[in-house]
Amino acid sequence: MTVDSVTLATDTAPTRPAKKVAAALAPLQLSGEHHLCPGCGHPVAWRLLLEVISELDLAQRVIGVVGHGCYTNIVQLADIDFLQCLHGRAPAVATGVKRVQPQAAVFTLQGDGDVASEGLAEVLHAAARGERITTIMLNNGVFGDTGGQMTAASVVGQRTKTSLDGRTPDAHGYPVPVAELIASMPGVAYVARGAVNNAGSVAKTKRYLKRAFELSTEGAGYTFVEVLTMCPTGWFLPTADGPDYISDTFETTYPLGVLKQAAE
Amino acid sequence: MTARLLQGSDAVAQSAIAAGCRFFTGYPMLPFTDLLESMARRMPGVDGVCMNAETEIEAINMTLGAGAAGARAATGSCGQGIALMQEAIAEAALNEVPFVVFNMARGQQDYFQATRGGGWGDYRTLCLAPKDVIEAVEHTQLLFHLADKYRSPVMMYGDYLIAHTYVSVDVVKRDYGPLPAKDWALDGTAGGSGHARQIWTWAMGTATNPGLGPDLHWQHIADKFEEMARVEQRWESNSCEDADTVIVSFGTSGPFVDQVVEDLRADGLRVGAFRPITLWPFPEAALAEATAAASRVLVFEVNAGQMIDDVRLSVGGRVPVAPVGRVSIDFSGMRQGEILTVPWIRDRVRKAIGEVRVS
Repeated sequence: MTVDSVTLATDTAPTRPAKKVAAALAPLQLSGEHHLCPGCGHPVAWRLLLEVISELDLAQRVIGVVGHGCYTNIVQLADIDFLQCLHGRAPAVATGVKRVQPQAAVFTLQGDGDVASEGLAEVLHAAARGERITTIMLNNGVFGDTGGQMTAASVVGQRTKTSLDGRTPDAHGYPVPVAELIASMPGVAYVARGAVNNAGSVAKTKRYLKRAFELSTEGAGYTFVEVLTMCPTGWFLPTADGPDYISDTFETTYPLGVLKQAAE
Repeated sequence: MTARLLQGSDAVAQSAIAAGCRFFTGYPMLPFTDLLESMARRMPGVDGVCMNAETEIEAINMTLGAGAAGARAATGSCGQGIALMQEAIAEAALNEVPFVVFNMARGQQDYFQATRGGGWGDYRTLCLAPKDVIEAVEHTQLLFHLADKYRSPVMMYGDYLIAHTYVSVDVVKRDYGPLPAKDWALDGTAGGSGHARQIWTWAMGTATNPGLGPDLHWQHIADKFEEMARVEQRWESNSCEDADTVIVSFGTSGPFVDQVVEDLRADGLRVGAFRPITLWPFPEAALAEATAAASRVLVFEVNAGQMIDDVRLSVGGRVPVAPVGRVSIDFSGMRQGEILTVPWIRDRVRKAIGEVRVS
């Protein structure tokens, strides 16, 4: 496929208009206004995160440490303590927060660019140390915030603005399986990979997040939940094709499920 | 307490703990290593945390996190390690997280990165350069105070003479006056109140509590540094009132230059010494005043010429400014060798004055 033949999602008006799926805000959500694109999966992940924090009654002791990406917008929308930090460094920053506020429920919210590309050292060392924090990696395999470039988590074959004919192992190497790397470490209590592209995956992902927060706040160790999120804009797909791209393409590289669970 | 013989690094560690420092982290690099080791020994005894970080980048970001969570926090390194930390020092200046960076430098080649920084944005790093261990012990506690006062990262410019010299020192807790409450610090308790706390360089605030936004926030930061530049200048002036020649030096070079001044004064030469204690803010007006009667200003620093830029800015072209220092480094990064001996400096100063008389 040549670049000239690609029909961009933004070339024409969406065939199906965006619609609000629910008027109600998530718990702890101050506003529904955000700058994310139609078809983006991040808001679903945000909602799950806030529901879990609320249901576990963590609202008055939770501190979020947020990296750089489209998802950073949550800092403006959610009514919890937030520290927005440098690209990739959130697990180190969260370590400092947790070590001096051990009673707090500390989590990092990062993207695949933040975790797999810029901040691989920080996340692996935090996991190896068994920091009692939870990392949520929203993986859409692309730098969405900067307009669709390849990350270390982009899958083989994925077209981005810096892998125009698709990511090839010869030219670009292979995606980094961050969750699998983290699951291999003894200090880690829980690793799961979910998605938000259909109702079943959304329900499972919420359970993963809940378990991750339970274990890290109980002091069982480091917990990590990867969430595959749609980015039709960054994938150069029609808006409505995002969910299928996850199940048809991403899940073959990133199989869903619980990768590690500490013994009870 | 009473005075005890302590290694400089251990004295600084004790002083930091006396100041309330309860989080410390670092990555080993000589001559900073001794401070890290001392903190690792002492922190558990005060229920503090000392972490051996995996990189300097992690160390500074952990420190930022601990500072954001309200602790008195510190880290340190030297040379290339400080270079790795610059991104987060700038970030902390812009998102207003206080902590102390102990730059136990290899010689004096860190002046540029201590005073100019290497990170992004309109920020400065307040930097104190003690002349010896006694002053370093005092500066340590002052730095924690200034960091909290201005909600900003600050730096000590130490070196191996401070890190490794054993001196008899009494580490006592110092009181620099009241500070505003850290009501901005994150502890998680504000969630769901409608007024959750937020630490964010861009200061956007939330949908219900809009922040200043980057323009106004960064102007506020710039105003704060302007205020710091105005009120926090510190210096020491020695025999400058009638001096024809003023020698400017910083940090541990100061006592060597003071001895040179004493020697040359005994020979009848009107020589004085000026030592900026704050490298930023540089005491420009004080140096201009100290050199008002001088016909030449000499700059002694153990590098190829870094502080000399600030000296020239302060003197403003009124008086010729010439370097009398030199690079002096070896593979360990520790050597100042012949250059930091009083006779060597004295000869360089004599030559510069035009009275060559090798002693």
